[in-house]
Amino acid sequence: MKVYIPLDSAAVALGADDVADAIRAEASARGLDVQVIRNGTRGMVFLEPLVEVDCGAGRIGYGNASPADAGAILDGTADDLGPVEDIPYLAKQTRLTFARCGVIDPLSLSDYEAHGGLAGLRRAIAMSGEEIVEEVKTSGLRGRGGAGFPTGIKWDTVRQAQADQKYIVCNADEGDSGTFADRMIMEGDPFCLIEGMAIAGLATGATRGFVYLRSEYPVAIGVMEEAIRRARGAKVLGDDVLASGRTFDMEVRVGAGAYVCGEETSLLNSLEGKRGVVRAKPPLPALEGAFGKPTVVNNVISLATVPVIFEKGAQHYADFGLGRSRGTIPLQIAGNVARGGLFETAFGMPLGDIVNDIGGGTASGRPVKAVQVGGPLGAYFAPHQFDTPFGYEEFDGEGGLIGHAGLTIFDDSADMLGMARFAMEFCAVESCGKCTPCRIGAVRGVETLDRIAAGDPAAQEVLTDLCDTMTSGSLCALGGFTPYPVMSALRLFPEDFGATKEAAE
Amino acid sequence: MRQDLATPDSETIRAIIAAERHREGPLLPILHALQAEYDHIPESALPLIAEALALTRAEVHGVVTFYHDFREAPAGRHVVKVCRAEACQSMGANDMAARLLDLLGLDGYGTLPDGSVTVEPVYCLGLCACAPAAMVDGTLLGRADSPAIAAKLAKAEAPA
Repeated sequence: MKVYIPLDSAAVALGADDVADAIRAEASARGLDVQVIRNGTRGMVFLEPLVEVDCGAGRIGYGNASPADAGAILDGTADDLGPVEDIPYLAKQTRLTFARCGVIDPLSLSDYEAHGGLAGLRRAIAMSGEEIVEEVKTSGLRGRGGAGFPTGIKWDTVRQAQADQKYIVCNADEGDSGTFADRMIMEGDPFCLIEGMAIAGLATGATRGFVYLRSEYPVAIGVMEEAIRRARGAKVLGDDVLASGRTFDMEVRVGAGAYVCGEETSLLNSLEGKRGVVRAKPPLPALEGAFGKPTVVNNVISLATVPVIFEKGAQHYADFGLGRSRGTIPLQIAGNVARGGLFETAFGMPLGDIVNDIGGGTASGRPVKAVQVGGPLGAYFAPHQFDTPFGYEEFDGEGGLIGHAGLTIFDDSADMLGMARFAMEFCAVESCGKCTPCRIGAVRGVETLDRIAAGDPAAQEVLTDLCDTMTSGSLCALGGFTPYPVMSALRLFPEDFGATKEAAE
Repeated sequence: MRQDLATPDSETIRAIIAAERHREGPLLPILHALQAEYDHIPESALPLIAEALALTRAEVHGVVTFYHDFREAPAGRHVVKVCRAEACQSMGANDMAARLLDLLGLDGYGTLPDGSVTVEPVYCLGLCACAPAAMVDGTLLGRADSPAIAAKLAKAEAPA
């Protein structure tokens, strides 16, 4: 009998470690032969801790398990969810990037290979750098960190650059509230990221890789470091990658609690041991990145999607999606929501379907007031925009962005002026200080929102003008995008900004 | 004062620096290692780091103070990080934090006078689908509430 209990941070935060201990203790007290496997999460956070029992006829799920359920789970008498793969939340997904997450033991390389792992890397080894890049271009993969830049074009720039050393840097500084896809795959399928980075190395001629991982993710740091050690031991990494004669090795670098280090140039400065201050572009990191050398900087999900593209073929991946948003996107449904979790699906699902059909509406049972899409720098959306299909251009057209595909849901008790003020306050605290619109603008933004709250009728125009300056004049997305949540809140919820009071005067 | 922490001495500090300095971009790894040892970055380490990495002391100071993680003095014996980001706010994190501070008798984020507990805000633990979230001495809590956090602290403080 195999029992799966996730080691994922969210499952652990909901008590998975205690459940695992209880099941081990109960099994040993009964003298049962039970193999406890700490898998990643399936992403159905609303069911965590989700225990799965496999007696040889498929995996049966037990949701929201507590230590007290251990005996009944082993007896098979606890209330079960049926076969896990048939749970509608999971059955409706298209799992490409996250195909193995929650299924395998994250640190078992043999499990990884048995589920299609390393097939992509083996295929890439037989290809030239140019052919690898061409395959990525054909897949239509775009940067999943938020900017949506075509991954293949970025790789091609690095491939063609001449240098004695090139780097692959994985941006795992997932600081956006409402997002946890990077954490989930690093904890649940770390070899997938390693394989993706190795393929990037082969494509571009980079032999060294770094995963810049935020310090707020201690579980992910531990799993990634152990996975790298094991990959090195199995010669997936090192000076003879899978006996190809090619070199690629990598290490984890831990961030230090600076949100702005999710911006790629600031991340590179931090990696070099400097203040995480944003760099002006050009030069592009692809030409002068880490330590002044040509560098691919990609988000975790971009890199972790590469193996499946090479395993199943670029066209297979590109056949999913909508318009110029090809493939799948791991939606992270968060905040005040009944069924929070990760839902990987082809681009194109309308926002309202995600929030209501998949997410089940709010956790509080109250009406949905707003959904912030794309993290703290993403715009708020109101229910009248719920027919917007999930895609880069489609959200741009609605004055928003998809960012890292996190959706934070708020019920009707949310104070949108308060949220707008928080966005400015956050920007002020996290600003790297290099450019004036962000450094000073965010502070003035907080003051101006306080004036609006106090009923100053002139302050709204000042806020609009200030946001305009921040949008056009900031060096990076921190100052440049903070106006998204602020202005969308003002535009969509004028009543929270005293509009009726003003009209009455 | 934290009884469980060693007093920084230059020999140990030099050894910590030496263990990390071979890395590309060694400064953050050095600072993390120092903080792991002392729960803060000792002032006396700055000139030693500067010397080892051929930086000015001001440059090292600049890096240390840029990052929220690095402390100038050790935290309390127990540290509670309360997530204050949007997803947690949507589930009442602000009220939860206020109640927790109240329960502990703190006026705002900081450390209790007896040095037992430090409460600090954190911007996203990645537990956004089971908000509000907190971390007590490295233990993650989802769907957290202030009594549960206070109980965990009381348990941690109780003599074994």
